[in-house]
Amino acid sequence: MNADTVITGMGLLAPTGLGHDEHWKNVLSGASAIGPVTRFDAERYPSRLAGEVTDFVPEEHLPSRLLPQTDHMTRMALVASDWAFADAEFDPALLPEYGVGVVTAASAGGFEFGHRELQNLWGRGPEYVSAYQSFAWFYAVNTGQVSIRHGLRGPAGALVTEQAGGLDALGEARRQLRRGQPMVLTGAVDGSPCPWGWVAQLSTARMSRESDPALAYRPFDAEAAGYVPGEGGALLVLESEEAARARGARRRYGRMAGYAATFDPPPGSGRPANLARAVRAALDDAELRPEEIDVVFADASGTPEEDAVEADALRSLFGPHGVPVTAPKTMTGRLSAGGPAVDVATALLALREGVIPPTVHVSRPLPDHTLDLVTTPRRARLATALILARGHGGFNSALVVTGPR
Amino acid sequence: MDQLTTDRLMEIMRECAGDGDAMETDRRPEDVEFAALGYDSLAMLETLSRLEREFGVAIDEEEFAGAVTPAELTTLVNRILTEAA
Repeated sequence: MNADTVITGMGLLAPTGLGHDEHWKNVLSGASAIGPVTRFDAERYPSRLAGEVTDFVPEEHLPSRLLPQTDHMTRMALVASDWAFADAEFDPALLPEYGVGVVTAASAGGFEFGHRELQNLWGRGPEYVSAYQSFAWFYAVNTGQVSIRHGLRGPAGALVTEQAGGLDALGEARRQLRRGQPMVLTGAVDGSPCPWGWVAQLSTARMSRESDPALAYRPFDAEAAGYVPGEGGALLVLESEEAARARGARRRYGRMAGYAATFDPPPGSGRPANLARAVRAALDDAELRPEEIDVVFADASGTPEEDAVEADALRSLFGPHGVPVTAPKTMTGRLSAGGPAVDVATALLALREGVIPPTVHVSRPLPDHTLDLVTTPRRARLATALILARGHGGFNSALVVTGPR
Repeated sequence: MDQLTTDRLMEIMRECAGDGDAMETDRRPEDVEFAALGYDSLAMLETLSRLEREFGVAIDEEEFAGAVTPAELTTLVNRILTEAA
């Protein structure tokens, strides 16, 4: 029983574009959005590049009442939710009060807001801390704000599994649909480049210190040296096919056919990573064999050891050069939980258009990886796509989407 | 210290919590309840701490909660200012 979860709308804000049309156009043309950090002065930090959503003006999209109480990433999430419902041609007021749920993922919540208020606390005193700090920093804040904005009183949830959260949210949303919920808005918008968020990520020692935007994030390359962080994400409208048909939904981007998550053994255990197990379980869930997967959207860590783990997992399941692999996130950087949600949206657009978007900046893929890495747009008949995501600390998730027909 | 005016209060509220909801009413704007303008408890809390900072006064929370319109809150703040002078 897995053929009945359909994706009927998407709202996307990424460094590559506001809205999925602009994003798709830029991703197909290989237009990288990685550049110097502009949201704060990063001059004295060892990593100074990011994928930023540069042309987002919150005042153009949101009422003024929401601005003093929201972090930058929550503002983007609210707009993504508006766009997702509009794209699904759906008015939440039309379903029963408890008909629509919200499940989002975040890696940390409103870092930039929290940074500013902690600075107020430390520099000026507690009376200068905003009352809205009580929730604006919180990792469940996007779920809360989105549900309030649209009056969504169905099941709500928030997952915190770093990058993997972008897929895990969809897994939890599908669980709600299987319990009889007609619709869940799900996905993730994440990442506010700010000093606090920066330092938190620097501590993992996986951020690239390269200053050339064309060289900083090159997963699977012989010169891979870490990742570039970014901001943005996507929210998707997930429905049971039955509910979509009942409301006369005209569009299906595709179906969420399979999903699974695993956790890695502790460091030093000597036991292997569990990414391959997550993929195998997701394929089983989708009732698909490896040879039926037409394209893989890789996690693409950008650190040599993790790239090797992913390449090994793909080789063990698909054979050497056994399936086209791509990482359009080389154009946006890694968007924390938002990244895999964008990958799901990009994969669905790839299925619709019959084109695999490219991985950019990777000029010397390591031969040992034996990957069929797609570095220029490739036309292909695409019926299925596998999306991988790993979250710092041992989270592995895999999700399979199939085309609408 | 200057006294508070309702205009200044509404300006502070806009800065703290955004614009109030537009509404059809024959009452003067300063006589419309904060709740009817769409300002929730957090918006009021934010306003309270801002007034205390800007005017250098301590406002009793119960008295503050009892002032439910801009006119009432302005009167309350000005009374405290006068008493403190």
